[in-house]
Amino acid sequence: MGDPDPTGRFGDFGGRFVPESLVPACAELEVAFREAWADETFRARYRDLLSRYAGRPTPLTPCPRLSEMLGVELWLKREDLTHTGSHKINNVIGQALLAERMGKRRLVAETGAGQHGVATATAAARFGMECLVFMGKLDMARQELNVFRMRLLGAEVVPVTSGSATLKDAVNEAMRHWVATVADTHYCLGSVMGPHPYPWMVREFQRVVGDEAAAQCREELGRDPDVVIACVGGGSNAAGTFAGFVDGPARLVGVEPAGGAAIGRGLPGVVHGMRSKILQDEEGQVLEATSISAGLDYPGVGPEHAHLAAIGRADYVAVTDDEVVAAVRLLARTEGILAALEPAHALAWLARAAGQEVPRGATVVLTLSGRGDKDVAQLMERGE
Amino acid sequence: MSTAGVAVGESRRLEPALRRQRALGRKLLVPYVTGGMLTDWTTVLAALATAGADAIEVGIPFSDPIMDGPVIQEASDRALAAGTTPQLVLAALRHAGGEIGVPLAVMTYYNLVDRAGLDRFAADLAASGVGGAILPDLPLDESAPWRRAAAAAGVDQVLLAAPTTGEERLAAICSAASGFLYAVGLMGVTGERADLATSSLDVATRASRYTDLPVLVGVGISTPDQARRVCAVADGVVVGSALVRRLLEGGGPEAAAALVSEFREALDAG
Repeated sequence: MGDPDPTGRFGDFGGRFVPESLVPACAELEVAFREAWADETFRARYRDLLSRYAGRPTPLTPCPRLSEMLGVELWLKREDLTHTGSHKINNVIGQALLAERMGKRRLVAETGAGQHGVATATAAARFGMECLVFMGKLDMARQELNVFRMRLLGAEVVPVTSGSATLKDAVNEAMRHWVATVADTHYCLGSVMGPHPYPWMVREFQRVVGDEAAAQCREELGRDPDVVIACVGGGSNAAGTFAGFVDGPARLVGVEPAGGAAIGRGLPGVVHGMRSKILQDEEGQVLEATSISAGLDYPGVGPEHAHLAAIGRADYVAVTDDEVVAAVRLLARTEGILAALEPAHALAWLARAAGQEVPRGATVVLTLSGRGDKDVAQLMERGE
Repeated sequence: MSTAGVAVGESRRLEPALRRQRALGRKLLVPYVTGGMLTDWTTVLAALATAGADAIEVGIPFSDPIMDGPVIQEASDRALAAGTTPQLVLAALRHAGGEIGVPLAVMTYYNLVDRAGLDRFAADLAASGVGGAILPDLPLDESAPWRRAAAAAGVDQVLLAAPTTGEERLAAICSAASGFLYAVGLMGVTGERADLATSSLDVATRASRYTDLPVLVGVGISTPDQARRVCAVADGVVVGSALVRRLLEGGGPEAAAALVSEFREALDAG
């Protein structure tokens, strides 16, 4: 996946649609990231933190029992095994390092399921920075455990009650807060969305997932897999995963929640600083997404995914909440791995497509973006 | 088009009206009201004009207003809950038409414009008697397509300048804007502030070096005294949250007009 053009666009999508107050901050961030990413010292510190702090590289785990059941050869990229339990830590370590380099002393973040909030709170503690996390009030109730974890790590968690009280509104509040605090605060955006340079920068900080997985495939299989699957809300784990395979022959599949399928059912539009595909009504009012997974409950999607869909390089499909819950159970019982609800979307599609759209015997790499401990209470409530 | 139509079209224009008022030595007062926030909101507009507004900014409510603080968010939420759409706001303005008596500018977010189609939206504004548009999430760099469409329809494109805007960029914004230059008084979203931010004086002073357009300060201008003080360097003010809060509290057109009169008196007293 290439770099965006000078206006921050991937094809027709991307850009920088923010209030004038934030334009200089976004421009400053773009310059700082460009310089840091070309600086071997910065990269070495990033790699060192990923390995000795976050626990990389993560394994590529074969799944013998589930593979036999589905009739495919499934390998899981185990982001659930990182420190803090999801791929979010990769991005946050990169951004915290960058914030430090830019002389910022506060991190502000939005969070849906709480994984990005926990990762940001973790990095803030590690770097000695203040941390403020905006979280929808509804999500705080769904993900009580992560709220407690963030507070334990020293972060302040601010409930967001505006709009649908979920991830999209948490992004609004984080941006409003950033407008007022930009002098000393870095907005640590959690996905490949928002104004340029975020979609590009976050994908670069997440590409370690795909680069590692591709190298592991060459070692284990001697070639690229046939199919690569990842879940998509904003789309950061999918962007990072696809980055390792986009130049090869593998089919790339992003799996959205049926109630938040921005690529599947959205229209082109502009929200949260970017032009992308957005769930909206005919007048342009943004609709509320509805998903069992707080982490994917987002009416937009990263602009590079909208672009990959438009040029046909990646396919985007959707699964229902019921399929997702069944997939959590399936992986737990066949492989002894408790997936988070988010990557269970990817598993749910594979369970449906195996032997059909995904041919028998196909080799599949699926990014298990996070672990399911945070979802146990919610599943218990559903009576699973 | 009839001559009467031309006349109405001319009186709709924003920039000439503001320049005319400024030339009379008057400081410009532009109050803001969210379209659809009350059932009788167009009555409020007429009352504000009578009370001394030089133009009125009408908000078209959007689901995700990232430049707005709690007061205007609440007005937007109420308007949306009441079923307000961009087309209903514009239809109401078209209907109220000549009765308001001062030029109108709409304030909204770019997705509503983009969804309607730039040319269609610009034409709808013109047909509804609107003279300008303020799109806070459409910065200079992304604004060229909209500025073309707006210019073709005879709609002024107000652009925003912020305290963090550098000199070169400020000059570019000033030369691309029409109607007036909206100088954002402080780093933050719309809302009332106890004190006048010194950044509001700075941004207005800097902007005036680059443009002959009227320079109006908005965001954080909450009291007549703050308005008077900032107008030592600015050509005028936009007053939003302070007014909208009174309307949300049930003040009605009279209370809104009373507040605008207070601002008018303070500005006229200098």
